[in-house]
Amino acid sequence: MSDIIRRDPRAEWIMRNRLHPLHDQYMSQEEGGEVRGPSGLIRKFPHKVGFIGPNGIKRIDRLKGNSSAPKGKRSAAAQEVQLPLHKVDSPDYYIMVVADMVGGRLTGHDKDILGLAHKLIAEQGGNGAVVAVCFGEVKEENFDTAGVDRVLHIEGEAFEGYAPEARVQALAKVEAQYTVKHWLFPDSIHGGCDLASRLSARLGERPATQAWQVNAEQTVSRGASASLDITRQTPKILMLLEECADAIDETRHEATPITLDDVAVSAATIKDKGLMAVDPNAIPMAEAEFILSAGNGIHNWDQFHEAAKVLGATEGASRVAVDDGFMPRSRQVGATGTWVTARVYIAVGISGAIQHMQGIGQVDKVIAINTDAGCDMVKRAALSVIGDSEEILAELMKLAAEHKQTSLSDQAEENSNAA
Amino acid sequence: MPHKVISLISVGRHPQSGRSRRADQDSRAVELGLKLAGTDLDVVHAGSSEEPVLRQYAGMGLPKVTVLEQAESADALPAISSYLKTQQADIVLTGVRSESGESSGMTPYLLAEQLGWPIVARVADIVEVKDGEAQVLLALPRGQRRQVTVKLPFIASIDNAAEAARQSAFGPGLRAKMEAQSGSTEEDSVRVNWSEAPAKARPKRLKVVKAKTAADRFKAATAKPQGGSGKVMKNESAQEQAQAIFDLLIEEKIIR
Ligand SMILES: Cc1cc2nc3c(=O)[nH]c(=O)nc-3n(C[C@H](O)[C@H](O)[C@H](O)COP(=O)(O)OP(=O)(O)OC[C@H]3O[C@@H](n4cnc5c(N)ncnc54)[C@H](O)[C@@H]3O)c2cc1C
Repeated sequence: MSDIIRRDPRAEWIMRNRLHPLHDQYMSQEEGGEVRGPSGLIRKFPHKVGFIGPNGIKRIDRLKGNSSAPKGKRSAAAQEVQLPLHKVDSPDYYIMVVADMVGGRLTGHDKDILGLAHKLIAEQGGNGAVVAVCFGEVKEENFDTAGVDRVLHIEGEAFEGYAPEARVQALAKVEAQYTVKHWLFPDSIHGGCDLASRLSARLGERPATQAWQVNAEQTVSRGASASLDITRQTPKILMLLEECADAIDETRHEATPITLDDVAVSAATIKDKGLMAVDPNAIPMAEAEFILSAGNGIHNWDQFHEAAKVLGATEGASRVAVDDGFMPRSRQVGATGTWVTARVYIAVGISGAIQHMQGIGQVDKVIAINTDAGCDMVKRAALSVIGDSEEILAELMKLAAEHKQTSLSDQAEENSNAA
Repeated sequence: MPHKVISLISVGRHPQSGRSRRADQDSRAVELGLKLAGTDLDVVHAGSSEEPVLRQYAGMGLPKVTVLEQAESADALPAISSYLKTQQADIVLTGVRSESGESSGMTPYLLAEQLGWPIVARVADIVEVKDGEAQVLLALPRGQRRQVTVKLPFIASIDNAAEAARQSAFGPGLRAKMEAQSGSTEEDSVRVNWSEAPAKARPKRLKVVKAKTAADRFKAATAKPQGGSGKVMKNESAQEQAQAIFDLLIEEKIIR
């Protein structure tokens, strides 16, 4: 036998290429396949693992094809996993989830409750369907993956805006039209609690409020300003706290629309006069929706205050701005200041020190205005503009003023058209 | 003609010590009632007239407190609703949720249903009462306010956003009259079957990584959550940059 190692480039190539149709065959040839000892046990030859790589180095694939790294183009296409479809045909009963739909989309709270509804159906058995009941404008596109079997969208001018009386009449009608096993509401300040209480009073049901542990038989809810756990039989109407169950994430659902017969809405005794303009700086910073925050990169403070006023933003500041005496301590955002929950946060001339970043952890959209494209705030931001803060704020104020002008003249035009 | 305002009060619970106190929202309701009706405000409690907490409410400047005398286990609702039926009230004020008992916040709703009155929930202020209508400010999340008008008579539940209650003066509180009437004797029959225990801490939700392989789990545990940053505008003019910010603000409905 000669000592010369004879390489078979084609065999090596096939063995390196796990996608090759002959790969498995060559691999088992190389490893000799399954070898059984005299007692019938599988024996492994430990030196015969792996294969010789292109540069002659032995490679061992210990992931056995389980690697998470994308394997070329093929897996990129396969990445969008189609979740299994959960189908409910002609359900015997429904569980109604009246979603808050803040901004027209399901909130995390709503999704938890949808998950709970499926848990209740699984425990009770029977052919039940989960219905998302929504009012007003609906922008949600992912009802199917949130666990919604049916969507009941109650539309009509009477239900728009703040219309709890009309909405509760519609819900009472739903109760009459469908076989409803449970009504689930988020116990939230977005209107879920109000609507649930109205419906309970209307239907004469005793609801469980602030419920947080629910199964088909028993409900544990908070009482006496959250100092007491009350255990009782699961009632028909439940108002649920956040994180009462896990949201659906492994199935897809039909989200078929269902309809409600016409509701005769009686004249409202409560009339909505719209939102009030509130002074943005009077809103507690932790609650504010839109914050314009100033850091060491602000040099024209009068302009900054003016910009906050024009944009209608609550003012915030980094610690440096506060320490230098340009802003009051109560406006400091960050670890030693306030932790904010704004939806949009504009950081003007803030570098993004970790102490500051902690404070904006819950912010949805960060916009950075900075001269330094490499700073940490730019890495965090959804939109960063690199430039001098004074110039950009001036342009921004101009745009806001223009916008106000046009919307005012639009209104005037509408009014004159109406007249 | 001044309007008749009734404010319902209950025994509160201090969040840290657990001692009885005047309930926060109820005392805000009394404060609002005092603003609307002055000392003509009728303050009603269903329970025991011996309750010392009632003196704390009375110390806000009330000459008398109406007490519907009843046992602790009795349901407060029938007593209050029959009392309200005998009074010609225009506005009834309550808290959003009581600080003791079930804390369900259903009282104002059930009263409204029984009396057939409208209810406005989470009121921050009642601005004006005129021509059989009241202008009411509702407290919304994120410090926003909604203005609504509602026909008299109505029930309002007062939010924490309403004006804080004035201090309570001990002496006048002690001197106030407790006018006892007989309340209801109806037991709360449903509640008897409940079991109550001190609240357990709720478990924090863990971030469960549903990864199939060890490599995925490792990556989930170590990788920085925010990898790629958003859009960066470097070479555009200040005007274009401002426009991009402004478009985002409009898209997010911050500016309307
Ligand atoms: C114990 C401790 C607690 C702390 N707690 C907090 C806290 O709660 N909150 C907090 O904010 N900080 C806190 N800090 C301070 C923190 O570490 C940073 O020092 C601080 O956040 C930096 O503020 P800054 O980004 O405004 O300033 P800098 O880091 O000086 O950043 C200024 C930024 O402005 C940019 N800039 C300069 N000129 C312009 C211009 N003309 N136009 C546009 N951009 C410009 C620069 O490029 C730079 O990125 C804490 C520190 C410690 C030690």
